[in-house]
Amino acid sequence: MLRIDNLHATVGGKEILKGLSLTLNPGEVHAIMGPNGAGKSTLGYVLGGRPGYEVTGGTVTFRGQDLLALDPHERAATGLFLGFQYPVEIPGVSFVQFLREALNAQRRTRGEESLSGGEFLKLARAKAGLLKLDMEMLKRPVNVGFSGGEKKRAEMVQMGILDPALAILDETDSGLDIDALRVVGEGINAIMRQQDGGPDKAVLLITHYQRLLDYVKPDFVHVLAGGRIVKSGGPELALQLEAEGYEAVAA
Amino acid sequence: MNQVLALPTTHDEAWRYADPAALAALDAGELDQWRDITLAPGEATCRVLVLDDASPGVQRLRLTLAQGARGAMFAIASASAYTRLEVEVRLARGAHFEFGGVTVGGGEATREFVTRVIHAEPEATSNQVVRSVHWGRATGNFLGAVHVARDAQKTDAAQNFRAILLEKGASANAKPELEIFADDVKCAHGAAIGALDDTAGFYMAARGIPPEVARRLLVRAFIADAFVALEDEAQRDDLLEQAVARLEGSRL
Repeated sequence: MLRIDNLHATVGGKEILKGLSLTLNPGEVHAIMGPNGAGKSTLGYVLGGRPGYEVTGGTVTFRGQDLLALDPHERAATGLFLGFQYPVEIPGVSFVQFLREALNAQRRTRGEESLSGGEFLKLARAKAGLLKLDMEMLKRPVNVGFSGGEKKRAEMVQMGILDPALAILDETDSGLDIDALRVVGEGINAIMRQQDGGPDKAVLLITHYQRLLDYVKPDFVHVLAGGRIVKSGGPELALQLEAEGYEAVAA
Repeated sequence: MNQVLALPTTHDEAWRYADPAALAALDAGELDQWRDITLAPGEATCRVLVLDDASPGVQRLRLTLAQGARGAMFAIASASAYTRLEVEVRLARGAHFEFGGVTVGGGEATREFVTRVIHAEPEATSNQVVRSVHWGRATGNFLGAVHVARDAQKTDAAQNFRAILLEKGASANAKPELEIFADDVKCAHGAAIGALDDTAGFYMAARGIPPEVARRLLVRAFIADAFVALEDEAQRDDLLEQAVARLEGSRL
């Protein structure tokens, strides 16, 4: 589904990603762990196409397309969802309006019919319920006045509504208390786990800690350090990292 | 032309950001025409003004609000030539003045709001919100003077101006001016001039919203600030739509 080959990228002229390679197949959940400054968030932004994050080498193929040739909104319409570590506040634009514009723009780009207001609200209510987020909150301006945990739950509601093929979730567990962590973890499983006979789904969790992985069990764990993947393994690698630290394991 | 009536120039403080060429072309006789609105104690009024190509030039309004009266005014300045709305307000005890203005447009024109709010007696309040969206070589200005008279205690006056410049070459000017002769008053003013928020733009793109749609949503939300205090919902929506429609011709 996603194939990253020898990716190099700079931010503000400084090389952050230095030959990163990674392949995700449908049905797989991957976790990328690593110390601060390793390039974890940069990887998410580069894949999402954020301005200022410049690819200087390598290729990224997503669902058979050259991902790097697409504009950010086209990447979303192709089925990529980027969960933000720090979701952005947008005063004056309600979540309902924002998400309806987003979903219908994606559908138009894919040549599908737009959803009516009623159809959209029904979908939004169902996904908000799944993440235990009060529907009333979606009538408020995007992320304005939301606590850190509410913003992360709202990110997952957005993911549920947009129903992507691949979710790249950047530190989705930060700012969550234990109960919210469980709700968000179960939400990720409900929305993004491959169903028998269902459409292809995959998840890339970018995280600093093991704790989200108790709820969203990864198939593969990678250690990112110095701008490349330095070690890959199964779920046991996350436990080893938690116990021994990045330096001991990645060295 | 009557020689007694001199035309203003940009050397006059209240005209410093105006377009000199447009000022020279004004008719001094017409310029001295003030429209007067007087509200009785406790009376309320809400005026909506759209200064488009049907009414460019200089418009001058004088509001006199008696005790406890409420005067609200919401305006769009969008004509393709020099446009200026001047409002002078005198507030008696406990009166309130609300102003929401939007200057919007491209081309070469200067569009400006100039207000002078006189808190003549205690306990009066005023709130002014101006938003400007410009491109091309256009200019948007807000010159807001607040005068608090001696003994006008418990005055609460607020001004807020923000501008978004969609292209290099467009400009905006804010000139808040406070003259306060009482000591127990609250006078707040704020101004910010900038480009559209790139962070919000990328967040919207990451959800699949194309850049032109994202920019329109952001500018609409920005403009809407100026009309929040307009209580009649239908009027508020209508005014917002009129302001947003003026964005046609910009690169949005």
